[in-house]
Amino acid sequence: MSANDKLVIAGRSFTSRLMVGTGKYADFPQMVQAIELSGAEIVTVAVRRVNISDRSKESLLDHLDTKKYTLLPNTAGCYTADDAVRTCRLAREAGLSDFVKLEVLGDEKTLFPDNEELLKAATILVKEGFTVLPYTTDDPIVCKKLEDIGCAAVMPLGAPIGSGLGIRNPYNIRIILDTVKVPVIVDAGVGTASDAAIAMELGCDGVLMNTGIAGARDPLAMAEAMNLAVRAGRLAYRAGRIPKKLYATASSPVEGMIE
Amino acid sequence: MEIIVNGESKTITPMSVTAFLESVGIDPTRVAVELNLDILPKGEYKETTLREGDRLEIVHFVGGGGRP
Repeated sequence: MSANDKLVIAGRSFTSRLMVGTGKYADFPQMVQAIELSGAEIVTVAVRRVNISDRSKESLLDHLDTKKYTLLPNTAGCYTADDAVRTCRLAREAGLSDFVKLEVLGDEKTLFPDNEELLKAATILVKEGFTVLPYTTDDPIVCKKLEDIGCAAVMPLGAPIGSGLGIRNPYNIRIILDTVKVPVIVDAGVGTASDAAIAMELGCDGVLMNTGIAGARDPLAMAEAMNLAVRAGRLAYRAGRIPKKLYATASSPVEGMIE
Repeated sequence: MEIIVNGESKTITPMSVTAFLESVGIDPTRVAVELNLDILPKGEYKETTLREGDRLEIVHFVGGGGRP
């Protein structure tokens, strides 16, 4: 059943519906193992200045097999459309693809997206031929605007980045799923396996997380848990859950009871 | 002459971008370079000579997800 259930973003298909970040791990080997166990095929990376004076540190790309994983550069830390656009242009030049995870943040305390700047940046980037995956609030109107601009997916937050609060507004996520045709990927807020499963059971096309795995006491075990949760949630969604009812319905036949 | 690299001033002799990257031990295939706020395509590193006061940004991919 799941063999032909691919996630398709801008014409590229992926078997795994879990995307993971590469930040906050204790070291590179732990990161590599966690990504492997998560089953993810798309991994997010950040774009930062090279340290010119100290070249002793290992590079991320020494550890990540770019033939195996699709790198999704993000614009984390950008607070204006201009900075985000500049970062995306650099990312395209540094990498091999035009996939970008666009985030334009509003403030440091909440790390909520600044949707006005986000829409501005998305418009420019789509025109420049980028495949834009925007991190946004769980606002169906903004998601629709992002789709209309030409974004390849929308990535509403479940809760603030790194908060682990889970899917705080499942009803909005459902409305977003009804509103847009592009893939809906819940990004941020996932704290544990059930959060990821809930996102998938709602009908989301994928889940993106970093802290939920990297910040767990045992990141490797959590990576595997998230792998299973996303697959379980997706299967349950496709299987079609039973309706919720207030009263019981017997599952054993009532005929043929002994008297 | 002086140029600004990632916000810090550096004294160099006139050279190409390729030569500069080599001099600081950077693999050109792993980075992106901005020269005076414009992306410098990799194919132009060799023929681009750095001039006095040029501002270079050299970036690469690092671990990251939701926040740096």
